[in-house]
Amino acid sequence: MNNRKEILDLYFLDARSRLIDIAAFMDRVNRSEGQADFRYSQFLEALNELGGTSSNQAEKVLLTFSDPTEDPIPKATTKAACGAWPGSIN
Amino acid sequence: MRYIEPHGHMVSRTTDDYKSMVMAGCQIVCEPAFWAGFDRSSAQGFYDYFCQLTQHEPKRASLFGLPHYTWLCINPKESEDVKLAEEVLSIIPEFMQSPNVLGIGEIGLNKNSKNEILVLEKHIDLAASNDQLILVHTPHLEDKRKGTQLILDILKADSRIKPERCIIDHVEEHTVKMVLDDGFWAGMTLYPETKCTSNRAIDILEVYGNERIWMNSACDWGSSVPLAVPNAIQEMRRRGKDPNYIDKIVYQNPIGFMSQSPRFVEPKS
Repeated sequence: MNNRKEILDLYFLDARSRLIDIAAFMDRVNRSEGQADFRYSQFLEALNELGGTSSNQAEKVLLTFSDPTEDPIPKATTKAACGAWPGSIN
Repeated sequence: MRYIEPHGHMVSRTTDDYKSMVMAGCQIVCEPAFWAGFDRSSAQGFYDYFCQLTQHEPKRASLFGLPHYTWLCINPKESEDVKLAEEVLSIIPEFMQSPNVLGIGEIGLNKNSKNEILVLEKHIDLAASNDQLILVHTPHLEDKRKGTQLILDILKADSRIKPERCIIDHVEEHTVKMVLDDGFWAGMTLYPETKCTSNRAIDILEVYGNERIWMNSACDWGSSVPLAVPNAIQEMRRRGKDPNYIDKIVYQNPIGFMSQSPRFVEPKS
């Protein structure tokens, strides 16, 4: 396992670039007009999982976008997944 | 460096891809049956596809000295039509003894529907009845966590199924633990946008260990990279991983799983 300096030496610039890309994406969304969208709501929710000291932030982000229900759906009406769960538990 | 591509949909790839893979060190390619990007209209369409997987594609790979193995099924994306699925299932046994068939796959779920589960159970029964290995596709993106749990529950409910003879593919950070904890093999798919990146896959190895796990490109007709595994090898080198550690992930582990099929032949090199 690499130490922290080695990890930062290897990946800091790449992660910095991706972070700025995310910031620019959010700027783009904020400049645009239109209705609220569940995908972006979940995106914002996922951002809340970042910044702590835990080492399972990727898992938490994935769970934020995941269908939390347990039962099979009655019928598949599409083949595609969109990356965020459109449903509601309530 | 030698490696095995355990999951590549080569019917969708060019001859140049074969050449690039071999030049990068690929020793064996394995091709699970897949959705064509459109729904086939009849079981006859699948018959032709299975002929392609068992006859034509091995010849194409052999032009580059590359052994080609395959897995047979109707993909979960086409499982909503149970009648068609049953017709396709009925023709699979005819191909099951072909010398390059390793088992039943990639079966699984797509949207986690009741019909998908019904067809998955029929595939599992076909595999169990014929002592075949199983390769499982887990759903995409928001459907993956739920679908993976449903699949594990279904497999565990069948007493004939041995977890060590099943690989659950496309695991990510939120599903890998449940798969490994239940004794199954896990596959990590290296994709540019969905599934795992090389770095995330290597992170998963560092957290969960390197037993019962492999990585693949799952290259197909969509956004995917046939050289994803050699790219990950390079990334592991950048992290200073030992060559024996890398070899276990990209060569020895796939050999270990696939050797459970009597039709699999380990390369002499």
